Amino acid sequence: MTITSVPLPAQGVAPQDLAELGLRESATFDRATIADIQRAAATGVYDIRGWGAKRKVPHFDDLLFLGASMSRYPLEGYREKCDPDVVLGDRHATRPLHLQTPVTIAGMSFGALSANAKEALGRGASEVGTSTTTGDGGMTPEERGQSKHLVYQYLPSRYGMNPDDLRKADAIEIVLGQGAKPGGGGMLLGQKITERVAGMRTLPVGIDQRSASRHPDWTGPDDLEIKIGELREITDWKTPIYVKIGASRPYYDTALAVKSGADVVVVDGMQGGTAATQQVFIENVGIPTLAAIPQAVQALQELGVHRKVQLIVSGGIRTGADVAKAMALGADAVAIGTAALIALGDNDPRYAAEYSALGSAAGFYDDFQDGRDPAGITTQDPELSSRLDPVAAGKRLANYLRVLTMEAQTIARACGKSHLHNLEPEDLVALTIEASAMARVPLAGTSWIPGQGSF
Amino acid sequence: MVTLTAPEVPTVDALTDTTVDLGVSSVRELNQAIHNAVDGQSWTVTNPGGKHSLAVGIDADINVAIEGHAGYYAAGMHQKGNVTINGNAGVGLAENIMSGRVHVTGDASQSAAATGHGGLVVIDGNAGARCGISMKGVDIVVGGNIGHMSAFMAQAGRLVVCGDAGDALGDSIYEARLYVKGTVASLGADCIEKPLREEHLAELAELLAAAGRTDNPAEFKRYGSARNLYHFHVDNSTSY
Ligand SMILES: Cc1cc2nc3c(=O)[nH]c(=O)nc-3n(C[C@H](O)[C@H](O)[C@H](O)COP(=O)(O)O)c2cc1C
Repeated sequence: MTITSVPLPAQGVAPQDLAELGLRESATFDRATIADIQRAAATGVYDIRGWGAKRKVPHFDDLLFLGASMSRYPLEGYREKCDPDVVLGDRHATRPLHLQTPVTIAGMSFGALSANAKEALGRGASEVGTSTTTGDGGMTPEERGQSKHLVYQYLPSRYGMNPDDLRKADAIEIVLGQGAKPGGGGMLLGQKITERVAGMRTLPVGIDQRSASRHPDWTGPDDLEIKIGELREITDWKTPIYVKIGASRPYYDTALAVKSGADVVVVDGMQGGTAATQQVFIENVGIPTLAAIPQAVQALQELGVHRKVQLIVSGGIRTGADVAKAMALGADAVAIGTAALIALGDNDPRYAAEYSALGSAAGFYDDFQDGRDPAGITTQDPELSSRLDPVAAGKRLANYLRVLTMEAQTIARACGKSHLHNLEPEDLVALTIEASAMARVPLAGTSWIPGQGSF
Repeated sequence: MVTLTAPEVPTVDALTDTTVDLGVSSVRELNQAIHNAVDGQSWTVTNPGGKHSLAVGIDADINVAIEGHAGYYAAGMHQKGNVTINGNAGVGLAENIMSGRVHVTGDASQSAAATGHGGLVVIDGNAGARCGISMKGVDIVVGGNIGHMSAFMAQAGRLVVCGDAGDALGDSIYEARLYVKGTVASLGADCIEKPLREEHLAELAELLAAAGRTDNPAEFKRYGSARNLYHFHVDNSTSY
């Protein structure tokens, strides 16, 4: 949110002096909470914003790797191979994807993002041999043109859905939900429904888009199986079909996605980013990525399809360590949204003055719904979007993707693995009891996993 | 639930008039053959037996006649050609149709012509719930009644109902135009009755004629969006 609609803090007292004055901030009613109440009272509508959950939840930071030593030996950094490639969708599709890094770009719509941002994502991803994904708004020619591997989302709204683009896609992702809002539909506010966006979505220009949260022509896993059958028939069984779920009951949802015939399951944890969602939804619905992975992996293992139906995990992936931890817990690949936008230039301090004018600050800006992004990414304003050079931004993304991959490889080699997929839960320990229980790896220095039988 | 496995893809000789007996051939063979088709060819499908995904993804000016009942998603994502089902159709008939024409002589189940972007869908009998849900430009003519939640979030296109409409017609509707000859059990949020002017009578007459119907356009009522939900607003909070 922005603080434009609420009183600014008392003038003349710098925040660092408040404690010295003996003022005590309430843990329950902290300043952000007070600002939320004031905003609600002033406007009468709930706060809609972008980004993901901002509250602290157990995460990859709460896990550590056990490097090799006496009982197992490490691989040499520059000589011994540690492959990062991944094949996605070879269960049923005759044309699976073969990516050079397990870090993929998550679905973000043209509409939520500017055309330049979409092009930059395509350029960056293609440069390192990974995939990018459309979003709730259809496929643009720029995006198809710049993306070597393009995943086409099939969402409840079906904005811009058509069989020509479906046949052009390298994979199809049926979206049931998103980690930021499991159970919620797409949202795009009027500021971003320009003529082009409206045309692609068949909506009147400038309206606040309402969209469905359930698919219009199927409900439940039995129908989904028939729906997947239809998409396979239309694409002559060539194209891999993913099913994306927002993490709430990932054990059951993963099992049902497998039963319905998915080639790949995408699980997005509650920290996952969004372009526009009610804050109350972002912060209070869904479970952390860390808790979701072992549940999804358990479902795959019980059905005997772990590594055959690939698992892509997203929601709060920032570093190569996060990538390696997700993979050690059993993911085949990961997807990034927020981090990719930051690599393009989102929340760049060079726009500090403009963020401030919008009532925010570099590092805090989350008003993706507003369309006034100084960095030219989450906007449809021609002047603002022209600030993002798709070539330079694509280069930054490619750099960042390379770093993520190399970091993950560094860790995997230290654990003695010749492929990122050889990382395993046994390589991990947890720093906190919560993370230990969720990730199902022992608390560091113990053999204790809360919730797993004896203690 | 059955586990889907990739079937072998046989090559079917493209004849100009082909009969495919689904008692013998597979759905995969049928769809592969019509995907390889060229304009002007015709298919007759016998023994459809309510199978799913019949004649999906057509992308050529061909004619397909299905002699019997079809399951889910018959003529899904249809483009350019003509599909006639001499029987009933299951859920999601002609879903996301882009152009061309799909005609069902019997009844259609839920979500007929869902999200259709163009073309014409004619249902001589009744249609179930959610007929024309999220329609985006398709024209739909239903000879009988339609079920509840039809034209939910309908964005564009025209829905003509010669019988009655169920509850919550046109809930959260955008710019689609709805014409109903019989009664409407109830209107959904933001859907209102609107005057039937000359241009509406003319387009209605055209749609009825295209569907081969003789109903009198003057006997219909028109429904559409009040456009009150086009912007998030405090006063609409009970509708969200
Ligand atoms: C600007 C933005 C737009 C998004 N649009 C979509 C979308 O259209 N469809 C979708 O399934 N997910 C969408 N997402 C969610 C991402 O696909 C992904 O699940 C999430 O960003 C992953 O978490 P991370 O941001 O922490 O990496 C969007 C996310 C962002 C930040």
